[in-house]
Amino acid sequence: MIIKVLGPGCMNCKTLERRTREATEGLTPPPVIEKVEDYQQIASYGIMRTPGLVIDGQVVLSGSVPSVEALKALILQHATQAGTKA
Amino acid sequence: MKLPRGTYSVLFLTLWIAAYLSLDPLASLFVAMLPLPSSSHLAESIKFFVYEVPKVLLLLVIVVFVVGIIRTYFSPERTRRMLAGKPLFAGNVMAAGLGVVTPFCSCSAVPLFIGFVETGIPLGVTFSFLVAAPMINEVALVLLWGLFGWQTALLYASTGLVIAITAGYVIGKLKVERFIEDWVLAVHAEAHPDDAPLRFEERLTAGFRAVREIVGKVWPYVVAGIAVGAGVHGFVPENFLAGIMGKSAWWAVPVSVLIGIPLYSNAAGIIPIVHALLEKGASLGTTLAFMMAVIGLSLPETIILRKVIKLPLIAIFVSVVGFGILVVGYLFNAVY
Repeated sequence: MIIKVLGPGCMNCKTLERRTREATEGLTPPPVIEKVEDYQQIASYGIMRTPGLVIDGQVVLSGSVPSVEALKALILQHATQAGTKA
Repeated sequence: MKLPRGTYSVLFLTLWIAAYLSLDPLASLFVAMLPLPSSSHLAESIKFFVYEVPKVLLLLVIVVFVVGIIRTYFSPERTRRMLAGKPLFAGNVMAAGLGVVTPFCSCSAVPLFIGFVETGIPLGVTFSFLVAAPMINEVALVLLWGLFGWQTALLYASTGLVIAITAGYVIGKLKVERFIEDWVLAVHAEAHPDDAPLRFEERLTAGFRAVREIVGKVWPYVVAGIAVGAGVHGFVPENFLAGIMGKSAWWAVPVSVLIGIPLYSNAAGIIPIVHALLEKGASLGTTLAFMMAVIGLSLPETIILRKVIKLPLIAIFVSVVGFGILVVGYLFNAVY
């Protein structure tokens, strides 16, 4: 699983990155978490609010910073969806 | 916390009303207990502080809560769809209005700008949005309402809208599309389907979250701003500023705007101080112009926008909006 946190480096973006790392602790295999700060790349995902969260190329979140619990649920949901597709 | 959101909200509103009604009696009681002669400078300052801080904070809580709920009905994606294909003037009016209610923070200015440009929304319409969004915000309006009265809040909001509409319209007429950075035009992103509509419970939750985030962030500025204001209120002599910031000083408006642009402060900190200036002889037009320049034309936002537009357009943007603020300043000095 590849998770990208999209954000130019404002407070919210940093919080989202930290919470995403917390939410994925202990997952096997551990997901790759990347921070995308380049505006051009951020824009290419089509989001109009930062921060954004992209899981395996799919935008799952923009403009909000959910709690660690909500992030866990979001990531789990994505993982099971991906599992049933494959 | 396990209460249903609806019950929780009713409880919250009841508590709020009770607190608001007890503001005056409690503040009077506190002031009466002060071991100071009631006419001393210090007593004047303390009185001002204990009356204003709880009042403004309470107003802030309720307005941010309501605005937080209203904002859940809007999103940048939806706003973009509403603005697409609108002609210049009507588009500017709508964009300025939507700028007030669409959730926006200056850190999102770049992705929003790109999203608008990509859909073919005219640059002038985009600028109306970008001027109105930071200038007319709930925190500024609450402070104006609490400290100056609702008339001034309304005056600020309506002149702010007029500036946003006109400035965007003028920029649109200037045909400045060539000053958009080339990479912006090259971005082609797929649009996302809208999020599922929220249940009313979830909108209430969003309201509470807005209170926690926004009031949590600005309350120290409110307190500090009112403390400075209270100091000025009690210690600075009446009409002290009449010579410098009064009507008779014609240069006061442009100087206020020039000082205000690079000065970066949020509304929460600047408005209480400005309120005190007004009391000491500064004129309304000059004060309004100063506030608008500080809140509406901020240096950090301009620097962020520089990533998507070239320097000449930055200069045009700042001068057109700055000129609009000047006109408002002189107009109000002449009328009042």
